[in-house]
Amino acid sequence: MASTTTANPEDIPSDGLESLIADWSSDQRAFKKVPWGKAMMWIFLLSDTFIFTCFLTSYMTVRTTTTVPWPNPSEVFALTIAGNHVPLLLIAIMTFILISSSGTMAMAVKFGYEKNRKVCAYLLIVTALFGASFVGMQAFEWTKLIVDEGVRPWGNPMGAAQFGASFFMITGFHGFHVSIGVIFLIITATKVWRGSIELGRPGFMTGRAGSYDMVETMGLYWHFVDLVWVFIFAFFYLW
Amino acid sequence: MTQVAHDETAFAPPAEVEEVELYHPKTFIGKYIWSQDAKVIAIQYSITAIGIGLVALVLSGIMRLQLGFPDTFSFIDPSSYIQNVTIHGMIMVIYLLTALFLGGFGNYLIPLMVGARDMVFPYVNMISYWVYLAAVLVLVASFFAPGGATGAGWTLYPPQAILPGTPGSDWGIVLMLISLALFIVGFTMGGLNYVVTVLQARTRGMSLMRMPLTIWGIFMATILALLAFPALFVSAIMMILDQTIGTSFFMPAVVSMGEQLDYDGGSPILFQHLFWFFGHPEVYIVALPAFGIVSDLISVHARKNIFGYRMMVWAIIAIGALSFIVWAHHMYVSGMHPYFGFFFATTTLIIAVPTALKVYNWVLTLWKGNIRLTVPMLFAIGFIFTFVNGGITGLFLGNVTVDVALSDTYFVVAHFHMVMAVSPILVVFGAIYHWYPKITGRMLNDTLGKTHFWITFLGTYAIYYPMHYLGILGVPRRYYANGVTDFIPESAQSLNAGITVAALIVGVAQLIFIYNLIISYSRGKEAGGNPWEATTLEWQTPDTPPKHGNFGDELPVVYRWAYDYGVPGAELDYIPQNQPPRPTSTDSEA
Repeated sequence: MASTTTANPEDIPSDGLESLIADWSSDQRAFKKVPWGKAMMWIFLLSDTFIFTCFLTSYMTVRTTTTVPWPNPSEVFALTIAGNHVPLLLIAIMTFILISSSGTMAMAVKFGYEKNRKVCAYLLIVTALFGASFVGMQAFEWTKLIVDEGVRPWGNPMGAAQFGASFFMITGFHGFHVSIGVIFLIITATKVWRGSIELGRPGFMTGRAGSYDMVETMGLYWHFVDLVWVFIFAFFYLW
Repeated sequence: MTQVAHDETAFAPPAEVEEVELYHPKTFIGKYIWSQDAKVIAIQYSITAIGIGLVALVLSGIMRLQLGFPDTFSFIDPSSYIQNVTIHGMIMVIYLLTALFLGGFGNYLIPLMVGARDMVFPYVNMISYWVYLAAVLVLVASFFAPGGATGAGWTLYPPQAILPGTPGSDWGIVLMLISLALFIVGFTMGGLNYVVTVLQARTRGMSLMRMPLTIWGIFMATILALLAFPALFVSAIMMILDQTIGTSFFMPAVVSMGEQLDYDGGSPILFQHLFWFFGHPEVYIVALPAFGIVSDLISVHARKNIFGYRMMVWAIIAIGALSFIVWAHHMYVSGMHPYFGFFFATTTLIIAVPTALKVYNWVLTLWKGNIRLTVPMLFAIGFIFTFVNGGITGLFLGNVTVDVALSDTYFVVAHFHMVMAVSPILVVFGAIYHWYPKITGRMLNDTLGKTHFWITFLGTYAIYYPMHYLGILGVPRRYYANGVTDFIPESAQSLNAGITVAALIVGVAQLIFIYNLIISYSRGKEAGGNPWEATTLEWQTPDTPPKHGNFGDELPVVYRWAYDYGVPGAELDYIPQNQPPRPTSTDSEA
């Protein structure tokens, strides 16, 4: 931000532990140059991390507690294409798409800070489309499990009842996060496209500072949702 | 002698962030209903919390009637008794104390005390209140649902919470869990605001180590809440799923009333771990703001700087961190590996170190202070007594061997009411008497206040002190009636009757307080800007009550810590935080 000044720039250490201590001992802001919205998003994500940690820990607990055998994920989540049985194919595609969307998001942030409005908005829309296709494929996966394989939250033909319960709950909660993200990506893209962010006026989702911080804050959320997926992928599909 | 104020500097760095235009509403509804002003939101939070708290107070009165005079009141049956126990506990801990300390005092005091115009995101802050209100309404609705409110006990342990036979196992428990989930969503919105305001929106010169301890307590409690509530949120979702669509997260294979239920293979202990991973930090979510506020009350009314400010801050941080690794001490009798018990007993007892440090520092602040026995001060001193009392019984219960015998008796009831019910509520009262003049511009009536204090303080001792003896006798808690039991002597019943009388007197005495709040709003003595001669920024506002934006045209600049009382050589016995150092002070003598 242009208005940012510090007291005696040469006195304040610029890196390492000393600068951390200097920032936290200073007045006004503990995280220098971090806008309010971004700080708030980081703290929210910390809280959300605890939510997903509790979900995954609970899933691991019930999985190890139940005496009924756990269904084999590479069997359950396999697709049969042209007669070939391919384990985890859909999940591999979904994971690839979501990770790619993190890439487009990061580029959107870069072009945002360069005030390249159009490219930024395009990239945000591409990210949103990736996200939407992820949710779409998740819907397909759910349908396949429910309709074709008879998996229900309260039981399934393959083994422990907690399989369906944990699966629908955790992927559902994650899918909800992705869907919210898609909605806000579209809102952000619209704001960027129209140039509302550069007006510097307070408004919904434009940030009070009137800069492209909002795109980065949006990106933080999106990367977090991707990161969580990596853990869900590892603990649910690969275990 | 020269002026030797602590931590005083003549220089404050220039502003790092431009001021932002606040949204100024023009209509009554915009100003007072859909308000984005943290002070109005604080009052909305406080009134809602106190209102629902009064409901919980009445519930406890009904419980005491049954315990003191069994078989006398036809309107209390075993089901309604256990429903009252459940809802009383839930309201008091979450909907009253958490909401009042963080939503009420947090909203009012954080922007004023750190020198901000408002919370960083006023709109989100406003939504936070309305979601909280929805949570309260859903909770109240559960009383009127078929089967009534849940009777699972405030810990809501499965499997019994959702098995037929427990009151409210159909609707009550689901509404309770929805209400909790809503509360958490609402709180998160507010909590993010509180944390970011403290971290990123302080005024010039206000470093973290110059913040009043009130803000430190609320700040740390909010962080605890943001990290602890997720566990409750997750367990609420899983229990709703268990209850409504028949998943088996928490439900093992159960035979209920001669029938094998469809549940299979879940883990009830998992719920207990999740619940207490939230539940123990929750104790400190309630206690830390109380610690912070009481530090300020004691310092202001003893006209003396708080003893060991830095240690007080570090103790708050240490208690907050430790509170996350002690949760299983609530589960000693649930069946745990003995080494776990050993670990959790050790961490539990370690928490006593920073806590005791705080108590010593409060007492040392009083020592040789110029104590003014105002009503807030009375409540603050009362807090030290009840807190020490409840803290010491905590050492008993923290030890596995002692806890196994005392678990689920009235000793536990006495302990947690002393330490996390009476103690924080005394601070709440003290804080209201202290800040009411700033909020309304008028003083609360002193005589009524003192009457209220003495009845409440002595009354709560009369209620909870005898409960320790009942507990040592082995009288179990949460029982509707003890009936004829060999190990419980007749005299226990007389004691129970005595406790009930005390409880009813204390309950009714709260009407004095409510009356005082109402009558003083129009008839109270004019307070002026700074009736207690306090140093912190909220007392230095140009208007009382502060207007939207808090500080008029210019934000205050802070030159010193919050505790410059009785500084030798100073003109007054206090120096406000925003008063620059005297240019003539001679540093050579120091």
